[in-house]
Amino acid sequence: MRRLTWFNATSLTLGFAFLYIPMIVVIIYSFNESRLVTVWGGFSTKWYGELLQNEAFLDAAWVTFKVGFFSSIIATILGTMGAYVLVRGGRFYGRTLFSGMIYAPLVMPEVITGLSLLLLFISIGLDRGLFTIILAHATFSMCYVSVVVSSRLVSFDRSVEEAALDLGCTPFEAFRLVTLPIIAPAVISGWLLALTLSLDDLVIASFVAGPSATTLPIKVFSSIRLGVSPEINALSTILIGLVTIGTIAASLTTKRAVMRRRREEQMAEQMT
Amino acid sequence: MNLRRFSLIAVPYFWLLGLFLVPFLIVFKISLSDIALSIPPYTPTLELSEGWAGFRDFLSQLDFENFEFLATDDLYWKSYLSSVQIAFISTFICLAIGFPIAYGMANAPKEWQPTLMLLVILPFWTSFLIRVYSLIGILSQEGMLNQFLMWIGLINEPLTILNTNIAVYIGIVYTYVPFMILPIYATLTKLDGSLLEAAEDLGCSRTEAFWRITIPLSKAGIIAGCFLVFIPALGEFVIPSLLGGSETLMIGKVLYEEFFANRDWPVAGAVAVILLLILIIPIVLYQRNEQRQLEAET
Repeated sequence: MRRLTWFNATSLTLGFAFLYIPMIVVIIYSFNESRLVTVWGGFSTKWYGELLQNEAFLDAAWVTFKVGFFSSIIATILGTMGAYVLVRGGRFYGRTLFSGMIYAPLVMPEVITGLSLLLLFISIGLDRGLFTIILAHATFSMCYVSVVVSSRLVSFDRSVEEAALDLGCTPFEAFRLVTLPIIAPAVISGWLLALTLSLDDLVIASFVAGPSATTLPIKVFSSIRLGVSPEINALSTILIGLVTIGTIAASLTTKRAVMRRRREEQMAEQMT
Repeated sequence: MNLRRFSLIAVPYFWLLGLFLVPFLIVFKISLSDIALSIPPYTPTLELSEGWAGFRDFLSQLDFENFEFLATDDLYWKSYLSSVQIAFISTFICLAIGFPIAYGMANAPKEWQPTLMLLVILPFWTSFLIRVYSLIGILSQEGMLNQFLMWIGLINEPLTILNTNIAVYIGIVYTYVPFMILPIYATLTKLDGSLLEAAEDLGCSRTEAFWRITIPLSKAGIIAGCFLVFIPALGEFVIPSLLGGSETLMIGKVLYEEFFANRDWPVAGAVAVILLLILIIPIVLYQRNEQRQLEAET
């Protein structure tokens, strides 16, 4: 039944070629000796060296890292709380509004989110900078965390939690000892998603960042507008490499966890 | 209601209220104000400190002149229309490219599927900006695509692709096609293969079985994928400003320029409000599709 027909093989090959050739070209040209980005001038790693000496890029990378670190932690905490309220909160005043506010930012165009947050910060007189970017990123990525975590909360067996409560746990202990370990994979993938969204965001950050804080995407965007450059190629290669390693590592870890669970289940079956 | 439950609900609730809903109300308010040459560059219409008199003043000053301005100025009409057109056509191309990929993935040998899945997700996690950037080098005058086309002899001189609408289409399709592939792949893997076998046993040709069984049963994934591409493409800013040219009119770019280059906040606000009104239709339809899918599964 599942044979690879030539039609499927062609569409897969062409499809993945389309997805990957542009990125592979960037990676190859990052090792180009020549400053001309279209002419191959021999192998060299000199653009990586220049990149590491470029103060502006390093500063921007540090700002981006700080924003990503803090905003993803805030987003994970708030998003998990939000998911808990959505799934287990029961009825409360304004529940529909709450779930609307969780889902709406997911489909809101970035230009509108950025514009509205900027106008808020100006009208309450908050100076734009690192802090406002963190607030903005935490807000839109908490909604993604909520969606990821709530899908896990919906699917798990609630009676385990009730058993813990019956056996004398306080609600908080039941959450910490039973619920949290069960939803932990979803919380971690939510956190990773929040971190990626924050590191990647250009539009919202360029609205809410003041002159004092420039993130890496803002810096990259302004230099791309001037044209293709070997330094940006080098930077892209580093980022693509990090993402590739991260994604492969994450998928191997989940694969191993699934195998372990399967083995444990088999052992448990044999014992009974 | 005990205190712990209250604070559990209140913290995310008030966070979103303060940083999502209130900012949007501010945009709405500013869209009804008048432009002024000051900082902030608009005259606030509602003064809360003046109490009831201020509110009455607010109502009397409320005007839709920014919206009237949008309606009379050609630029905005054209931008909205061309945004919708670009998003619509890109969605269609995404479907035409994404469906065969998803179909090929779902029919590939079982042990390949996790790897193929990984290959689709990887670009999705890679920086959006970098993927758009990688197209610039390919599409430029002396870029790879032109060199390739000249090498195989299809064209004699380089085509201008970068800084045209064609580059915008390519950019949107390239960056958003994973959003199309994933939901379609998800519905195709759930498809019961014995249905196709039954159809063939009963005398259906393979193509007929494809059109009468596979397509209807993957409809939910197709619809979800189309909305996941269409909705973000409509408000896109990065792709038109990096790959598009002066002829490219997309509303996200217009809004950005209205705000930063022209410093006309009230008009930028009005542009945002109308963009949102246009988006409400596809968002509601998308939600309904998701709801129906959930109900079908339970």
